[in-house]
Amino acid sequence: MNLVAGGIAWILDPANWQGAGSIPVRIGQHLLLSLVVLAIASAIALPAGAVIGHTGRGKQLVVMVSGGLRALPTLGVLTLFGLWLGIGLAAPVISLVILAVPPLLAGAYAGFEAVDRRTIDAARAMGMREREIVGGVELPLGLPIIVGGVRSAALQIIATATLAAYVADVGLGRPIFQGLKTRDYGEMLGGSILVILLALLVDGAFALAQRLVVPAGVRATRTRELRSRPARPRTAVGRPIHEGNRQ
Amino acid sequence: MTWLWSNLDLVGELSLVHLALSVPAIILSFVVSVPIGWLAHRYRWSRGVLLTLCGLLYAIPSLALLIALPVFTGLGVRSPVNLVVALTLYGIAVIVRTAADAFDAIDRDVRQSATAVGYSGFGRFRAVELPLAGPVLLSGLRVVIVSTVSLATIGAVIGVPSLGSLFTDGFQRGIQAEIATGIVATIVLALLLDQLAVLAGRLLMPWTRLGPGRRAGSAVEGARP
Repeated sequence: MNLVAGGIAWILDPANWQGAGSIPVRIGQHLLLSLVVLAIASAIALPAGAVIGHTGRGKQLVVMVSGGLRALPTLGVLTLFGLWLGIGLAAPVISLVILAVPPLLAGAYAGFEAVDRRTIDAARAMGMREREIVGGVELPLGLPIIVGGVRSAALQIIATATLAAYVADVGLGRPIFQGLKTRDYGEMLGGSILVILLALLVDGAFALAQRLVVPAGVRATRTRELRSRPARPRTAVGRPIHEGNRQ
Repeated sequence: MTWLWSNLDLVGELSLVHLALSVPAIILSFVVSVPIGWLAHRYRWSRGVLLTLCGLLYAIPSLALLIALPVFTGLGVRSPVNLVVALTLYGIAVIVRTAADAFDAIDRDVRQSATAVGYSGFGRFRAVELPLAGPVLLSGLRVVIVSTVSLATIGAVIGVPSLGSLFTDGFQRGIQAEIATGIVATIVLALLLDQLAVLAGRLLMPWTRLGPGRRAGSAVEGARP
């Protein structure tokens, strides 16, 4: 456990809490970079996912983007853009946006797609316009899944922003690479602990948000439907009666 | 292209090293995850605990995990085994959830029928539940295959050679072709293993070859305007 002590000692060392590359500055950089990337990627992916989920057109695009980009090695993208754009923030920002788009797109698509067709038909039958259906029915009902997409995108960004320190002098990855270079295990472990804490904190915050955005009406009627739900929905007509108390 | 031709040996060698890192991790995580996933599916308390743990594990950034893992394993940061352990842990985090969902999705009527005709305990798991969960398990495995092969490249920044070494080396020496080759090679390797898994799935689960043409839910989907 000596190793842990070294990491904690690095975090607690007052010398690391002041100056240009201090811990608070690194955390601030890390969060700011992640936030900017998340905002840009959301602006691109969320509307696109919503349109695809609502119309049902372009499903293949979502599958292709979210499946195909999973194979893309983040380090490769980072270093390639690093060479193209030089040392600076442009390379990490662009690569991080590319990597954050798939989970956001998949989340937005799945959120809109998951809304029960009969609910949408009912809304249409009541005379709601398309725009009202999207904003007033599909969005609130799909929001937990959409926030889930944002959650995994945020985690992906925080993880990759750590790696971004390899190509730019930014964020909490810096002490890790610094420690690797000087073979100072305390410094790299200290940086790692901070990154892990940050990721878990953000994950927890999004988990909470995911619960809070469940519409009150859904929460009131929801039972244990997450368990023991048949994988294949039974046909809409002739649904067996005992289906109700199983869900 | 010229870079690739003059360094074909290196790329081939690193591909093999890359396989040696990712394949054990993929197999290990699958073998470990199926029983854990079943356990998560079986009881409500175990589901909460196990899936929360997997969620937390999955949230940990890879580079930080690679650095922090030696604290628990006693291995060196630059040890390839350390990387394999980290990759296995991420694989487990993904497959356990899928496995729990896969076992959940088995129709209760089928399970009761199996019990009625005399299956119990492990026999029912092996002969009824596992084959029925198979296709979903395969989909989880495919996700892990692709993400593990991609993630293994991260090891290069801490000094574990793999196809990721092409990124670090190419970046330091300013050779774009080397990085591009590394990206393509990683993707090709991932897709190759993925297709291998699909093939294995077809051989082991011949009934899935019929394809998803006759879904009961398609009538509902057809109602889309």
